[in-house]
Amino acid sequence: MNQNFGKIVGINGNMVSVAFDGNIMQNEVAFILHGDERLKSEVVRIGDGVSFLQVFESTKGIKIGALVEFSGELLSVQLGPGLLGQVFDGLQNPLPELAEEYGFFLPRGVSLKALDDSHKWAFTPKVEKGDTVISGIALGHVPEGIFEHAIMVPFHFQGEYTVEEIVSAGDYVLTDTLVKLKDERGNIHEISMTFNWPVKIPIEAYRDKIVPTEPLITQARIIDTFFPVAKGGTFCIPGPFGAGKTVLQHIISRYAEVDIVIVAACGERAGEVVEVLREFPELIDPRTGKSLMERTIIICNTSSMPVAAREASVYTAVTLGEYYRQMGLDVLLLADSTSRWAQAMRELSGRLEEIPGEEAFPAYLESRIAEFYERSGLVELNDGRVSSLTIGGTVSPAGGNFEEPVTQSTLKVVGAFLGLSRDRANARRFPAIHPLESWSKYKSFIPEDITNEARDVLRRGSDVNQMMMVVGEEGTSIEDFALYLKSELLDSVYLQQNAFDKVDAATDDKRQEYIFENVHKVLKTEFPFDSKDDARSFFNRLRQAFIDWNYIDMDSAQFKVQHESIEKLIEEQSGNEKSL
Amino acid sequence: MRKVYNKISQIVGNVITVKAPGVAYEELAEITTRRTKSLAQVIKMEGDMVSLQVFAGSRGVSINDEVRFLGHPMQVTFSDDMLGRIFDGAGNPRDKGPLLTENLIPVAGPSVNPSKRIIPRKMIRTNIPMIDVFNSLVVSQKLPIFSVSGEPYNELLARIALQAEVDMIILGGIGLKYDEYMNFKNVLEKGGALTRSIFFMNTASDPIVESLMVPDLSLAVAEKFALKGKEVLVLLTDMTNFADAMKEIAITMEQVPSNRGYPGDLYSQLAARYEKAVDFEGAGSITILAVTTMPGDDVTHPVPDNTGYITEGQFYLHNGYIDPFGSLSRLKQQVNSAEKSRKDHRAIMDGMIQLYAQYMETEEKRSMGFRMSNWDLKLLKYGGLFRNQMMDLSVNIPLEEALDRGWQILAECFTSEETRLRTELIQEFWPTNGK
Ligand SMILES: Nc1ncnc2c1ncn2[C@@H]1O[C@H](COP(=O)(O)OP(=O)(O)OP(=O)(O)O)[C@@H](O)[C@H]1O
Ligand SMILES: [Mg+2]
Repeated sequence: MNQNFGKIVGINGNMVSVAFDGNIMQNEVAFILHGDERLKSEVVRIGDGVSFLQVFESTKGIKIGALVEFSGELLSVQLGPGLLGQVFDGLQNPLPELAEEYGFFLPRGVSLKALDDSHKWAFTPKVEKGDTVISGIALGHVPEGIFEHAIMVPFHFQGEYTVEEIVSAGDYVLTDTLVKLKDERGNIHEISMTFNWPVKIPIEAYRDKIVPTEPLITQARIIDTFFPVAKGGTFCIPGPFGAGKTVLQHIISRYAEVDIVIVAACGERAGEVVEVLREFPELIDPRTGKSLMERTIIICNTSSMPVAAREASVYTAVTLGEYYRQMGLDVLLLADSTSRWAQAMRELSGRLEEIPGEEAFPAYLESRIAEFYERSGLVELNDGRVSSLTIGGTVSPAGGNFEEPVTQSTLKVVGAFLGLSRDRANARRFPAIHPLESWSKYKSFIPEDITNEARDVLRRGSDVNQMMMVVGEEGTSIEDFALYLKSELLDSVYLQQNAFDKVDAATDDKRQEYIFENVHKVLKTEFPFDSKDDARSFFNRLRQAFIDWNYIDMDSAQFKVQHESIEKLIEEQSGNEKSL
Repeated sequence: MRKVYNKISQIVGNVITVKAPGVAYEELAEITTRRTKSLAQVIKMEGDMVSLQVFAGSRGVSINDEVRFLGHPMQVTFSDDMLGRIFDGAGNPRDKGPLLTENLIPVAGPSVNPSKRIIPRKMIRTNIPMIDVFNSLVVSQKLPIFSVSGEPYNELLARIALQAEVDMIILGGIGLKYDEYMNFKNVLEKGGALTRSIFFMNTASDPIVESLMVPDLSLAVAEKFALKGKEVLVLLTDMTNFADAMKEIAITMEQVPSNRGYPGDLYSQLAARYEKAVDFEGAGSITILAVTTMPGDDVTHPVPDNTGYITEGQFYLHNGYIDPFGSLSRLKQQVNSAEKSRKDHRAIMDGMIQLYAQYMETEEKRSMGFRMSNWDLKLLKYGGLFRNQMMDLSVNIPLEEALDRGWQILAECFTSEETRLRTELIQEFWPTNGK
């Protein structure tokens, strides 16, 4: 093996400069050798005889002259069965296994295999000797929890291959050779269940990318009805601290109607990951009857973990997402927070003394963000099936002001903008998505002309409210006042949703259509009111009735009863018209 | 063998550069000047040229002063003998007690494996209703007090320290005014808590670079005690001074500032400290209460802003009150449920705050000269009582008594239906002597 070594000539935080004389590659992995420790690093700039490496660990105690071993490999993750249900750090080290071996703290300079070599998987072949295959085609599959995990022709294989040999059905470990493929030049390639893929290179072993149109049901009413997300699309959730970004993502990760969810906790609180970690194994996914953890992968590089690994963590997450998309599944990646990833880039850029852009972010910030979201998509696979990777990222803008580089760069590339508002969060109107400022380019399952009418009520109601602040209730006409109350009703019974109530936390599309029709009816109805107090008290009662309704299971008898009492309320009030 | 060099080639700000082959990154050195000795820490190395930040500042350092490398990074002593003692930002005693040199531990150690963390579950009672009832403090929480200078945040901190049910208190003073330092000492002494406290004290007149070490020293010692089973409360005041010290070094090192002069890694630096808060399963815990003063009362200033993104809520201290609206304990749901607290806890918390919000609206209407309805008058009375009997920081009663008092206030102002509280709770808790 041709080993390539260099020597450290400078250290500045997690950036080291290394003198070398062999052949090295941009973004290749290198290890700083420090006693028994091997500190993983990545080449981020190559100059004349000196290269710069970002170190994925603390550089405390390292000396000038320390030996650096170049690996010749790009920063990669291991792909194969056994990824689901796992908790990895940004570099795909399994955290529970690290804990088992090293206890409370994350040791420096150690790494563990992402996947278990000794586990036996029940392989079923799907192709036969003589078949022709190309990259991404399934050669067979193994059961992985609730899924059939496809064992595919590795994605870097180019051209056509002929199946020379394939094992019969049976139990095999990850590294066993299952298939021998012959390429066009007659060379034989051995295929096992696992291979590596460089995280910064998109997996594109599919025929085509298609425009996303089918809604991805998140079961959050304000999203699905007003600001929908499409399967294979992208969205962002910017908001000041405490506005509810993380809670909203957790809700989506639980209830979204997709096959697989990848949660990337990127530079945020460790405590928040713990909630997912401890609760998901206990929660039953109604779609599968199995624990939610079986469809989830957690990539966890929280704020006190090394910054460079944070930069890598979103790439690790998206690569795993692309991998499962290749199997024909619908995957959702949720990254919290992309701002911390951008900050990691900023720290790196600063240490490289690059010319800074706005707020010291590097000039390439925008293109990196675009490249990341571009890895989402609805695709037609090489076998004709369609699958998707949807990406949603939170953004944590400095000072809660959306006029900053990360938010602005993100808004240029995403398909939906779910902007959280400080005022709505303070008023405990959750989810605090701003109904007038947010937007989505995707279509909802509820017709647009109807949602537009509702939007219009919200807009005009908010205008009335603004006016009332100046002229008081006395100076407002009763018609305007009623309009304002309608917008408030829509807000409190439909846009807001109680994340802590078992029923209200998730509303599927069927129920959304049903409820929305009823709310819409109220918006369209003219109610005659004797006085503003009269109007207020009616809408108070109506609101309470709708909220109670939201808490009732749609399959229960009570649901119908409550619906009838709502209709009665509405009829009584609008029927007043005749008696006037 | 320790390496000694005496040719400093550059002094800029509080950073010196010396030619020193063979030293390690973040290693400590001791600089002996004509007047004094100071520690310094390696922050950058290029070839043989090593830059160090000088804890006591570079004033009076001359280019041929002796720089002796110690062969290790920052360390701190750890033992039970530390209890009741007061140290400076370099870890040396600033009381009259003996130098402690045994059992040295490194500071700023690795972070806790997230998969070893547990969901927080224990309330820390403070006997301050605005905390216990409305925004409970939880073991392993990290929480700052957002405030402006002049507010009694250090008094509040001292009081919580005194009353909190914890095994020990570690106070990290960062650029603290001398009289405030003395005040902490007196309060804890009078309350008999000094013997379970450790101070790492950097006052406003001490070198600013030294203050950079205070959070790390405090938290390293806290971590060791926590691993030995102690419930530790760490108080850090004022973290804005800490951030400002980092800003100063960053500017000296010619780093490109990101926001109002602060370095781009401000978030990561603050998070590295706050994330030390933890509850070790089967051992003790660290809870962090910090003070973050907001320059110009501006919460979007980089220091409070980045802090808010890291901590698990915040207490706003405004005009001597803990503001019931901006303040938030993000962990309170974990400890205020019917199973973990009294069953009326959540109802009183939500109900009283909603009524107080209505009172605020009425107050606004009144100031604009709108007519006051009967309901408005009730709210005005309620607002006054709530302020005096709940919000006032001199109120010092246990949680249960505060809940009882809550019912009492409600009954004094409203009929039971007007409170919109659940009937079942009204039946059990509504005071019969109310009107
Ligand atoms: N849907 C919701 N229902 C009820 N409470 C909520 C909801 N969303 C947020 N909250 C409240 O707001 C608090 C903060 O929410 P969250 O942690 O999601 O904010 P964030 O935007 O992620 O903040 P940061 O940027 O600091 O991480 C929660 O602890 C909870 O008290
Ligand atoms: Mg969050």
